[in-house]
Amino acid sequence: MDKFTVLNGLVTPLDRANVDTDQIIPKQYLASIKRTGFGEGLFADWRKDPGFVLNQPRFKGATILLARKNFGCGSSREHAPWALKDYGFRSVIAPSFADIFFNNSFKNGFLPVVLSETEVERLFHECAAFPGFRLVIDLEQQTVASADGKLVMRFEIDPFRKYCLLNGLDEIGLTLRHADKIREFEARRKAQYPWYF
Amino acid sequence: MPQTLYDKLWDSHVVHVEPDGTALLYIDRHLVHEVTSAQAYEGLRDAHRKPWRIESVVATADHNTPTTDWDEGIAGVRDPFARLQIETLDSNMREFGAKVYFPYLDKRQGIVHVIGPEQGATLPGMTVVCGDSHTSTHGAFACLAHGIGTSEVEHVLATQCLVTKKMKNMRVNVEGALARGVTAKDIVLAIIGRIGTAGGTGHAIEFAGSAIRSLSMEGRMTVCNMAIEGGARAGMVAVDDVTIEYLRGRRFAPKGAEWDRAVAYWRTLQSDPGAKFDREVTLDAREIRPHVTWGTSPEMVATVEDTVPDPDKEKDATRREAMERALQYMGLEPRTPITDIRVDKVFIGSCTNSRIEDLRAAAAVVKGRRVAGNIKQALVVPGSGLVKEQAEREGLDRIFRDAGFEWREPGCSMCLGMNPDRLGAGERCASTSNRNFEGRQGPGGRTHLVSPVMAAAAAIAGHFVDIRRWS
Repeated sequence: MDKFTVLNGLVTPLDRANVDTDQIIPKQYLASIKRTGFGEGLFADWRKDPGFVLNQPRFKGATILLARKNFGCGSSREHAPWALKDYGFRSVIAPSFADIFFNNSFKNGFLPVVLSETEVERLFHECAAFPGFRLVIDLEQQTVASADGKLVMRFEIDPFRKYCLLNGLDEIGLTLRHADKIREFEARRKAQYPWYF
Repeated sequence: MPQTLYDKLWDSHVVHVEPDGTALLYIDRHLVHEVTSAQAYEGLRDAHRKPWRIESVVATADHNTPTTDWDEGIAGVRDPFARLQIETLDSNMREFGAKVYFPYLDKRQGIVHVIGPEQGATLPGMTVVCGDSHTSTHGAFACLAHGIGTSEVEHVLATQCLVTKKMKNMRVNVEGALARGVTAKDIVLAIIGRIGTAGGTGHAIEFAGSAIRSLSMEGRMTVCNMAIEGGARAGMVAVDDVTIEYLRGRRFAPKGAEWDRAVAYWRTLQSDPGAKFDREVTLDAREIRPHVTWGTSPEMVATVEDTVPDPDKEKDATRREAMERALQYMGLEPRTPITDIRVDKVFIGSCTNSRIEDLRAAAAVVKGRRVAGNIKQALVVPGSGLVKEQAEREGLDRIFRDAGFEWREPGCSMCLGMNPDRLGAGERCASTSNRNFEGRQGPGGRTHLVSPVMAAAAAIAGHFVDIRRWS
């Protein structure tokens, strides 16, 4: 997995709540058996509108997406973070995320950052007021800061997820360190509840 | 200390806990389908890993499979990408194996959330995962069941564990008797209308109360299926006689003395009296009316007696904008009576509502009638080959065909339109599925979520009608 340490990036504001994974990557783009190439399908239906934020030259090359609450609701498709990342984004900032999308993001070196509604509102204003508005996301410090350092906001993250992301660790490898424990658990369960096996 | 059902399911599967509470949770059942598994198997292959326990895997192809032209075999799958996904699953099954695999064209093939329970492969007390958010369906059997992403599919294949944290406990009580014509679908739409599409985020929801108890397993599956539309990854219902009777004699259910032992254990899968929930919500079943969604999120829902809401009356700006966008997308005017909304297509199917009970209820509504002239297409897509066979034994296919419905082969079909069954731009559909997102059933398509009887009645009338007044 790609490491995530510090990201200094241009911000694209997507001023919508409840952005679902069917919008992030519509089904007609799910037909691949690979993990790459989904950027083309990112917000494909909305991108048909020339005024859509992703079509505005001022946001070209952005790596941070700013969104409203419940981002990533709906389908479990991991193609959603794959598409965001393939397009060039490395992080989404929102007041809340749907659980499955949130989980899937961490598996791909893609950081979902939760800030308060007020902080997110402020960032939307900054984006509107300052063309080329950038943010610096520092995972080690758990901060989101404006490029000039005047605005600094702290975010929470599970220590285990942070550790995996900072080091780009393969989660399967980490879990398999506990292989003996898994085998023991399995043997006990099989003895007690054989009908599950 | 008294425990909730979720606490019990959680505790009985924890293998290891990190200091921050991140746990390794043992997975009993892993359901696999063609759209979210290819990359996971590729990952295993690349890392030279083997599945930990192939006996936990039950697989089928359902998401993109055509519901016509089965007589042509695999050549009937015209979309080359869909075909590649189906064939990739076939070859992954040959290479890695499974407890059981129901490939495309097998007569026991079907929607993964229909066939798991149907085969007795979903049993109370299990942890169940699948690379599909509607895995919450299996919670109807007092399972801890939820959807996962493809990286997690790979992780479970390789380690038999899921890396996860304990969720909060939430209970939704639905008390009282339902009115005639009001179904499990209306219960869950009413719940989502109440708590909102993110209302259950971070929670496992136990559905309880006399109205839930009175539901069949099919109805309970409908409710748990849509837990995710209320934001909860997992929904569940405690074990009772209805659960046990449903499972008795199913192919993968235990037999003989083992059955008796299993049943004794399963009966303990209840929340203890006095168990603490982080959040509780109670609905009066007597007040639940038939529901119809009007917008592009399942929380945008009204009763059949209502009118399309007026965004001008919404004070919150973000919500108002979302309503305006939704109405524009849906081509609806504020204050239009729901029963004045005319539909172009009707879809009866999906992991929410494609089981035998759903088809029986819909057939009873259409029997001896014809679909209205303005209906371009009315589809019935059974949830599995076995549901289809059962329905045909009961003559339901005749009833639907005589009324002008198309009787199709099983699969996910128009719920997500990955196969050729789709809405065209601007087409309006009464659908028994679970998501009314923009473009969900086809780019530009307009979805209204309803129960099977409401969909059937809309097909006959050409617009939504109050099923309680249907005679």
